[in-house]
Amino acid sequence: MYLGISILWDGNNLGRLLLGLWEAIKIAGVSLGFGIILGTFFGVIRTFPSSLIRIIFRIYLEIFRIIPLLVLLYVFYYILPENFNIDLPNQLVSVLVFILWISAEMSEIIRSSLMSVSKHQIESGKALGFNRLQLYQYVYFPQGIKSAIPSMINLVTRVIKTTSLLMMIGVTEVIRVGQQMIEHYAVTISTAPLWIYGFIFMLYFIVCFPLNMAAKFWERRIGG
Amino acid sequence: MDIQAIVESFPYYLQAMGTTLKLAFGGIFFSFLIGLLVGFIRYFRVPILKQLADGYTELSRNTPLLIQLFFIYYGLPKIGIQLSKELCGVIGLSFLGGGYMAESIRGGIEDVPLIQIESGKAIGLSRVQLARYIIFPQGFLRSVSNIGANALFLLKETSVFSAIAIMDLTNVTRDLISMYYLTKEYMLMLVISYVIILVPMGLFISYIERRVRYGVFGD
Repeated sequence: MYLGISILWDGNNLGRLLLGLWEAIKIAGVSLGFGIILGTFFGVIRTFPSSLIRIIFRIYLEIFRIIPLLVLLYVFYYILPENFNIDLPNQLVSVLVFILWISAEMSEIIRSSLMSVSKHQIESGKALGFNRLQLYQYVYFPQGIKSAIPSMINLVTRVIKTTSLLMMIGVTEVIRVGQQMIEHYAVTISTAPLWIYGFIFMLYFIVCFPLNMAAKFWERRIGG
Repeated sequence: MDIQAIVESFPYYLQAMGTTLKLAFGGIFFSFLIGLLVGFIRYFRVPILKQLADGYTELSRNTPLLIQLFFIYYGLPKIGIQLSKELCGVIGLSFLGGGYMAESIRGGIEDVPLIQIESGKAIGLSRVQLARYIIFPQGFLRSVSNIGANALFLLKETSVFSAIAIMDLTNVTRDLISMYYLTKEYMLMLVISYVIILVPMGLFISYIERRVRYGVFGD
């Protein structure tokens, strides 16, 4: 047993694993940054009365909801270089797919939270002579965004968990780093997979659990 | 587009669809059982088991399926627990799904109107009777839509099974591509296969949801 767990502080292993986690969080962070901005924009557009816009965005949303993200990653990873001659590094492909996915999910979060603002408030805003921009700035957003926060935090944890798939398209994130270590110790320490994968399991938990708690806290605050 | 190759790949995809569906239904079924069990433990506040159930729910919901599968498939054999990859897939999916189902069932139970519970108490129902006749039946109906959403989510998560060498849709596609280099064709087949599985499933779940909604709320 002693031999097994000591793998984590052998050499620079701990540092390498944490660096792998950092790589995953970086990709999640960049994607979330762009995705949330783009998704908010899409969400606002989807509250407009035009049915054409609604249908187009609905189709986009459903595509990214129905098809598993791993499949989308593969599609972009294989199709972009072969059929469009766009040869991007794996990280960039991941960020691209993540941004499209996050914007789709985010647009739905924003749309439903904006729609949850009571009709009464909107009518009052209109009665005061607000134009559309003012209506969004002073009525829709300040009142609607509160109900969007728990779902947004949940989206963040989902994105972080989903970075685990990136090893499948060759991104050297934390699980891939763990795999490399296990290969290295295959002969000397046979229990390596147990300790390393167990440790990575806990790493994800340590990152996602507080976020999940924060989302629950917010939900209770809004509800109560 | 190489139509010939697409047609020839049909049997592979059909078989993979079967594998995906079989493992997914197994996982969804056991997830639901685990969720119910956790629901009971939480409701009756069974000491120790309740803390364990809460810990389990948080662990399963805050970690990705991929690492859960790796731990089960590559880690556990090192302490003598050797399971087939299909069994590992179902166990991993149930471990993940159990937490989600438990949360949905808890949400449904919390949504049961207080007046129902108070009325039950007023006519002298015991705690067990209250659970048996009021809280669980009504709570379950209120959690149906979330349970359905979880089932769909778990079905999608099976795509991760390819990481432990299960011959699911994703893995079959990767194999075919590495053999014949027909990327476009097989990717198209992959997407279509998932659409064939997921769209009817989604429609079926929303049909059930509507029926239940009609039964519970009358609209």
